[in-house]
Amino acid sequence: MADLAYLSIAQAHEALQSGKVTCVELTQYYLDRIKKHDESIGAVLTLCSDTALEAAQKVDEKIQAGKDMGLLEGIPYTAKDMFLTAGVRTTAASKILDAFIPPYSATVIDKLNSAGAILIAKVNQDEFAHGGSTENSAYQITHNPWNTEYVPGGSSGGSAAAVAADFGIFSLGTDTGGSIRQPAAYCGVTGLKPTYGLVSRYGVVAMASSFDCIGPITRSAEDATLVLNAIQGRDVMDSTTIESTENHQSSKDLKIGVVKELMNDSRYSEALKAINGLGKKNDVTLPDGDMALAVYYVLVSSEISSNLERYDGIRYGSRNDSATNLEQTYSLTRAEFLGPEVQRRILTGTYALSSGYYDAYYKKAMQVRTLITQEFAQIFADCDVIVTPTTLEPAFKIGSKSDPVEMYKTDILTVSANLAGVPAISIPAGIDEKTGLPLGLQIIAAQGNDAQVLAVAEAFQKTTEWHKKVEEIIQ
Amino acid sequence: MATLSPKQIEQVARLARIEVSPQKLPKVANEVNSIVCFVDSLQVVDTTGIVVTSQVTGLQDVWREDVVKDCQISRDDLLANAPEVQDGYIKVKKVL
Repeated sequence: MADLAYLSIAQAHEALQSGKVTCVELTQYYLDRIKKHDESIGAVLTLCSDTALEAAQKVDEKIQAGKDMGLLEGIPYTAKDMFLTAGVRTTAASKILDAFIPPYSATVIDKLNSAGAILIAKVNQDEFAHGGSTENSAYQITHNPWNTEYVPGGSSGGSAAAVAADFGIFSLGTDTGGSIRQPAAYCGVTGLKPTYGLVSRYGVVAMASSFDCIGPITRSAEDATLVLNAIQGRDVMDSTTIESTENHQSSKDLKIGVVKELMNDSRYSEALKAINGLGKKNDVTLPDGDMALAVYYVLVSSEISSNLERYDGIRYGSRNDSATNLEQTYSLTRAEFLGPEVQRRILTGTYALSSGYYDAYYKKAMQVRTLITQEFAQIFADCDVIVTPTTLEPAFKIGSKSDPVEMYKTDILTVSANLAGVPAISIPAGIDEKTGLPLGLQIIAAQGNDAQVLAVAEAFQKTTEWHKKVEEIIQ
Repeated sequence: MATLSPKQIEQVARLARIEVSPQKLPKVANEVNSIVCFVDSLQVVDTTGIVVTSQVTGLQDVWREDVVKDCQISRDDLLANAPEVQDGYIKVKKVL
């Protein structure tokens, strides 16, 4: 059998089509790898061994019949537990959905299923995606595969850790303020937040509807492109979706806006050299991060308080049985089964939307959101992409950030892309010498220019090796 | 700088339908206050005449054909996740 460690989608496709490995063997490789290493990583919440092997068997029959296969056919992947999967427990890492078995699947899961990709596991996250370290999961802590004393980031920490540990070829994550890009940076992998609306959210647990985006976490920009192509596009079940955009090729006169005050850091000097070869640089300044975060936490908490009203112990989910009337059913159920950070955000949002405070918080934040979006438009009038570090620092130690606001600040460089709805990717771009942990580079473009972001990331990865470093962390 | 008293938190918690015990109130008030203080930095921004952004796609009035489709999921399957069911209906505690 061929060496199966850290295969790309194209490599796995070639190995399957040429008969170097069967799909059952490939699927079993990842299941074995999870069995061997997940005790120390803690990425997996629900394993789908039986259905995965059954699907793999069917792919093998197709190959044996000599049929040509699509690129994603037989490719094993994992999904954050935010995605509804028919017949497979979906918790959003919350005790309130502890026994929830969805009767239908998210559009993206259906699309990947139709493309022949094989779901092997549902992976950990912060509860309802509220957090930046995956420590807010109601089930388990996920450890960073580079060093298990550190967090993998969040909220899609299980996805990023799974891709870094080679528990599947790619993973699906969700990004409301950085939840794909920040864990991708912390785990030395590639994570794409597409343009808002490009990927359907039907059947994905809602957090903050004017921000939530779905995207791939992979080991290269090339793989991210393949997954995005399979999941993007209009969906009649999600009226916020947009048509997929034409490919936007990277050209020689690419104008790259570099956030100088952040990129003039010796840890990024090699990455900057690689960027020099990609186009013409000019200096830009990102919208004020603290202000973007403040806007974000008003609007997101408000949308959360509204979206999470549905968890009331009536139609599905856990219920507190000591209540004596309906209102108590709601308030005791929510107090018992929603975690502390989720409750904090609901309370903050309820306050921001309550009578007398709406103008001061919610309306004000929506106005500042306009200003931040305008700042991006001005930057993109002069350049095609912006490059900045994804985070100010690499991953932090488990348990080291107990103050909620301190945790929020780990998203300071990622939230503004969500406020403006623009596409952004995080790719590995260095190693922090002090900790030995990976550093992420963020590439942002104007709305609809997802292909531009991917093309620049792919060009960067053609001349650099940081995205390959992850292959050395677990032997 | 806005700070919420434990009494105000109690009122917000009631609106949010989350039971907060009297013992927990001061701690929860502290935590929510630290978030509210953080977002209060917005108040210094001049937003006179600035329109609000409530969505970023610019899409308006998205329509689809109003066609009846059979639901592929059975009633039993739809009710399977409900905590309490009786005669094919979801059962709740008394309302009044």
